[in-house]
Amino acid sequence: MTTQEWKFTAKDIASKPDLFLSGHRACAGCGPASTLRLIMKATRGPTIVTQATGCMEIVGSIYPYTSWALPWLHTAFENAAANASGIDAALKIMRKKGKIKQEHIDIIALAGDGGTCDIGLQALSGAVERGHDFLFILYDNEGYMNTGIQRSSSTPTGAATTTTPAGKVIPGKLEKKKPITEIMLAHDMPYVATATAYYWKDMLTKVRKGLEVEGPAFLHVFAPCPRGWRTEPSKTMEYSKLSVETCVFPVWEAVNGKRQLSTPSKLIQLAPQKKRPVKDYLAGQGRFRHLFTPQNQHIMDEMQRLTDENWQRLTQKCEPA
Amino acid sequence: MIQKPKQETIALNGDEAVALAAKQCDVDVVAAYPITPQTIIVEKFSEYVANGEVQTEFVCTESEHSAMTACLAAAATGARTFTASASAGLALMHEMLFVTSGFRAPVVMAIANRALSAPLNIHGDQSDSMAERDSGWIQIYVENAQEAYDSIIQAFKIAEDTEVSLPVIVGLDGFTISHTLENVSVFGDDPIKQFVGERQLPMVFTHEGKTVPYKLDPENPMTMGPNASPNYYFEFKRQQEEGMRNALKKIQEVNSEYSKLSGRSYGDGLLDTYSLDDAEIAIVVVGSTAGTLKVIVDQLRQEGVKAGVLRIRTFRPFPVEQLRSALKNVKTVAVMDKAMSFGGFGGAVFNEVRNALYDAEAHPTIVNYIFGLGGRDAKPRELRKIYDDLLQVNKTGNVGEPVRYLGLME
Repeated sequence: MTTQEWKFTAKDIASKPDLFLSGHRACAGCGPASTLRLIMKATRGPTIVTQATGCMEIVGSIYPYTSWALPWLHTAFENAAANASGIDAALKIMRKKGKIKQEHIDIIALAGDGGTCDIGLQALSGAVERGHDFLFILYDNEGYMNTGIQRSSSTPTGAATTTTPAGKVIPGKLEKKKPITEIMLAHDMPYVATATAYYWKDMLTKVRKGLEVEGPAFLHVFAPCPRGWRTEPSKTMEYSKLSVETCVFPVWEAVNGKRQLSTPSKLIQLAPQKKRPVKDYLAGQGRFRHLFTPQNQHIMDEMQRLTDENWQRLTQKCEPA
Repeated sequence: MIQKPKQETIALNGDEAVALAAKQCDVDVVAAYPITPQTIIVEKFSEYVANGEVQTEFVCTESEHSAMTACLAAAATGARTFTASASAGLALMHEMLFVTSGFRAPVVMAIANRALSAPLNIHGDQSDSMAERDSGWIQIYVENAQEAYDSIIQAFKIAEDTEVSLPVIVGLDGFTISHTLENVSVFGDDPIKQFVGERQLPMVFTHEGKTVPYKLDPENPMTMGPNASPNYYFEFKRQQEEGMRNALKKIQEVNSEYSKLSGRSYGDGLLDTYSLDDAEIAIVVVGSTAGTLKVIVDQLRQEGVKAGVLRIRTFRPFPVEQLRSALKNVKTVAVMDKAMSFGGFGGAVFNEVRNALYDAEAHPTIVNYIFGLGGRDAKPRELRKIYDDLLQVNKTGNVGEPVRYLGLME
């Protein structure tokens, strides 16, 4: 990989034309929309984007308009990785037959947590196993937001959604968040990383690395959703930051299975006193409002325990810097 | 004047004939998942790939859903694509069949027709593709391995015609055709490659006023697969139907063009008739059973009975006018369905035929026979009995039960 020296600066980003254009119909403060706009700044040449059905697919492609300044394909919900497989196969053979002139075309597949961790997992696992050359980006807003905030396997413990409402008997989702990156790492793939938009330089570098890798790459991007999380639209980036500071969503990358914490999380590892309590992240999120009651204190305690346990396990799995 | 290239007669089963045809069409991408009785197709094609006999990217997907998705995505990238499936596999593709036709992607798919579960059954009937008749795919059903070979070749020419731009299913009866060894006349690779030609892409207008090929192309970025509101969706679907209408003509043209090359044609490409001109009784059928019926008709003719066969080769688009004209002099017709339409009035083929004849000047009397489900053989004596039944209806004018079951243990 040649990305080690690659440094994205604010000037680079500002001067590069947008590829995910304004005019899309995402909500105010949409984390995934800001994320997509930024991600597209890290493309390096001819690129084809394919997307699973979901919020970000809908908002950018309402016929006869489009927010995409790149060739873009959407076919269904559960098959973004299968789209990428078909594109990859076609490009490979058509290049061999002299039917396309570009020496290389990058492929980015985008999906939400539903299109990745749940309904799209089979196609993703298959495409990665087959070794197609593409970057799969999961924008994780922790629920089926497009259909109106339902639970996904990526919804965290304790969160209220419309299918796991905070009721009198059941206080929101009881199950754990699916460890999707661990599943992807188990595929023995060349590049797996996590990122979130507040740390945009880190995120863009990882997008670029994912593109430069030969074979499949997976990037898990944490993207707050003001509507689904019941947060202030102005606080999206704040929650993005808090997710890392509380170690709810640590950022790291694994090149050929060798995992290292990325700088924002590395700094917390080096100075543990900087690790903020999960409560700071939960505060102000309507989906966790019911946890701030005496009878649900134990759930909040459990979330802190889970977060600490996951963080400890992660740091053990990471190589020293 | 087309110089007729040389053909060679070799022994192939239907699946092998399909694989050979797909190979000779110089397919760019095959994405497939094995399922009985289609498996030989993908196995044979894999051999071609492994031996370097074909320049194709073969994607062994993890499901039929992904197989159809990958075919569609490859087609959207400009590639010629092929796949094969059957039964549960086709059912799993269901969602993507509609998406593929909605994209106007000319994917060609062989279906080795097989029963649907439950109970599980791997044998032949036409439940699988008949259930997909409204999915926007052209459907051509063949009578034997020879026609399977010829029809795959024709399918690419039909699908990729820019006035059609629709995916095509070529249905071959599971086991009866897919696994039965027959003499098949085949061409070398070059004449077929030449006959089918390179894939032509439809041209579309961009917002900048340019005319560009309809595909994913970094030089001409296009948003493919948008969401269309009630203000636009209906028009997309109406245009798709226009492609189907155009296919009626194109299928006939390709049938006749191919016959100049091969010396073989299948009726007008839509309907294949046998002893029908002066027939008083006739059986309408889809698929391999037509072969047996033709033998029986020969016997009946020797006995002085004016019997005929109408094989529906193209089920989608349904050739309404051609069917009316073909049956205009027939007094009594039996329509055979190798699939159920539960709770309906007879099977799908019966419904189409009866519907098409409603406005015809002279109505034949029509009865329906459901038969062959889950691979139950249609024996010659049973088929002969249908003609006897029709003669009886002719004589007495009494139709009796309009929907009947052939060869059922009751």
